[in-house]
Amino acid sequence: MSAALDELFARCRAEGRAALIGYLPAGFPSYDVAVEALTAMVAEGVDAVEIGMPYSDPLMEGPVIQAAHQASLEAGTRQADVLRTVEAVAATGAPTLVMGYWNPVHRYGFERWAADLKAAGGVGAITPDLIPEEAPEWLDACRTHDLDPVFLVAPSSTDERIAVVGRTNRGFVYAAAVMGVTGARAEIGTGARRLVGRVRDQTDLPVAVGLGVSTGAQASQVAGFADGVVVGSALVTALAEGGVDAVRRLSAELAEGVRASASA
Amino acid sequence: MTPRSHDPAGPPSPLPSQPDESGHFGPYGGRFVPEALIAALDELTAAHLAAKSDPVFLAELDRLLTTYAGRPTPLTDARRLSEHAGGARILLKREDLAHTGSHKINNVLGQALLTQKMGKQRVIAETGAGQHGVATATACALFGFDCTVYMGEEDTRRQALNVARMRLLGAEVVPVKSGTRTLKDAMNEAMRDWVTNVETTHYVIGSVAGPHPFPMLVRDFQRIIGVEARQQCLDLVGRLPDALVACVGGGSNAMGLFHPFLDDESVALVGCEAGGDGVETGRHAAPLTAGQPGVLHGSRSYLMQDEDGQTLATTSISAGLDYPGVGPEHSYLRDTGRATYSGVSDAWAMQALDRLAKTEGILCAIETAHAFAGACDWGRAQVAAGRRAEDLVIIVNTSGRGDKDVDTIGRWFGLVTGEEIAESELVRTYEGEQP
Repeated sequence: MSAALDELFARCRAEGRAALIGYLPAGFPSYDVAVEALTAMVAEGVDAVEIGMPYSDPLMEGPVIQAAHQASLEAGTRQADVLRTVEAVAATGAPTLVMGYWNPVHRYGFERWAADLKAAGGVGAITPDLIPEEAPEWLDACRTHDLDPVFLVAPSSTDERIAVVGRTNRGFVYAAAVMGVTGARAEIGTGARRLVGRVRDQTDLPVAVGLGVSTGAQASQVAGFADGVVVGSALVTALAEGGVDAVRRLSAELAEGVRASASA
Repeated sequence: MTPRSHDPAGPPSPLPSQPDESGHFGPYGGRFVPEALIAALDELTAAHLAAKSDPVFLAELDRLLTTYAGRPTPLTDARRLSEHAGGARILLKREDLAHTGSHKINNVLGQALLTQKMGKQRVIAETGAGQHGVATATACALFGFDCTVYMGEEDTRRQALNVARMRLLGAEVVPVKSGTRTLKDAMNEAMRDWVTNVETTHYVIGSVAGPHPFPMLVRDFQRIIGVEARQQCLDLVGRLPDALVACVGGGSNAMGLFHPFLDDESVALVGCEAGGDGVETGRHAAPLTAGQPGVLHGSRSYLMQDEDGQTLATTSISAGLDYPGVGPEHSYLRDTGRATYSGVSDAWAMQALDRLAKTEGILCAIETAHAFAGACDWGRAQVAAGRRAEDLVIIVNTSGRGDKDVDTIGRWFGLVTGEEIAESELVRTYEGEQP
């Protein structure tokens, strides 16, 4: 497995804070602006980066990320562009993962894709529509190429399934905190805290919470009980509406949020 | 039936009557969905397996199919059509005569009973041509469930009559504006609803597609078509047919007809996909004919996709076949050679629809017309290859009636004047404004 995520979570723990993980899709609104926004995120304190692989049918995404995927594809983003984006972002030193729906990886060939992701400097992949039971060959490819496979758990997951994900994942467990698709939410329900607790009962891996976090205050709140905070739709909205400067401002606010919980 | 396991590395089982325990038909099927849905899929699998051997459930389903849906549907001897099939005898399995006008009711009544057993009160569905949506809205009215149907905006225009029917039956119809605005996007949106409301909601998938257990479950509820047809053919002809022909979008009517015949090796299984402008043009909806294996909507199967794995836009005059994927068991039947599939173009299907209307007095759905075109082609090809026409018996699954398509058909053949079209458009605009 890749050591980068282990080191990151260990360092954050030593600092008494949660890690901040930021998401933006490759190629949105263009290849260059996406790379600029992703690297700006890191400069403002985002600890690790998820690069979304644009897909025609992203069925776990709400309207904001759906629209970004579609715009990216319409702008002509190809697999090679996603990997080039990984390379540019990984060069900042921040651990860089791809969040990708399965069919594009399946079509590319997961063995070849794993090799190319590793070569680009990626540390792992989050696969929202792949479950461990369907992934034996992908897991082999991750072992061969020293990549961290990250599967998700949800509030509806049984303890047995959470245990399977805990045994299979490397790096961290991604807890989809609410039942539903991605998108900013006014409140982070108590379900997120409960889910994190259930994951901790099954595994020692760090737990990152995603789905719904959009402000520094929410990031601070989630950082109070999770090892990592994932922010996606809010950053995509910032980029769509306010450009790279807005991404910069929101990243700084979120970075402050995950640190504020340390003193809380 | 006994479960069989399929080792992808080993030789394929000649009789793929069941998927393996995790829902694989050889290398196809499975579950490629967000983790959040797995618990609901497990619950559904357990409910279905229990229901299959529950005499109370089976008796209730049988009662509904008989007294509500109008089963058994007849097998009609289509004597005048047979001259267009090289003289082969054509028998029509009349699913168009089932309540709501298509085979979709068989599956929906079964799933409505399962919904009741699971204690859920809300039902969602996707629909292309609107037939599955109408059937679902019908069952929800009967059972008293809340019903939401997702339909691509493009399809709500093509099939406005069915939108009106669903609303009349009390369903909420949500026009889907994302992506290509057709069946594929309706299914995405239904999945998004389900992942959000899964605790209270059952998703009635309308085809033998989607994550396990849907391909198995929908097939089990549609098998009644083939079970009846097999016995009816034996009673009428005294032997099994030589071929079964059905249209294939997701593939539920085809699988329902084919499945009870899988062990009958003398019976050819022929699936007709939507050839659109012609498979050679690339503008079609024929993944088994011209696609590659991939993952869409929860299972691995043949798929129309570009070299990056992005789903391709499809083309078909038929909203119900205008789908880039297909049920995983069809992919398995294709690879094992048990069934053969080919694309039927829009023009060829419409010609067959016209021929069926003029020779037999039956107005079939445009989806179904693809099967008639394929059946005539198959019959003629057999005769050309030297088989005696009088020895050939073909069963065509007449999966749905064509009332919903009269507007499209009228335009295609120029059956109504410009003035008459303008008037019908006024009516449609007015309907479209209703909440």
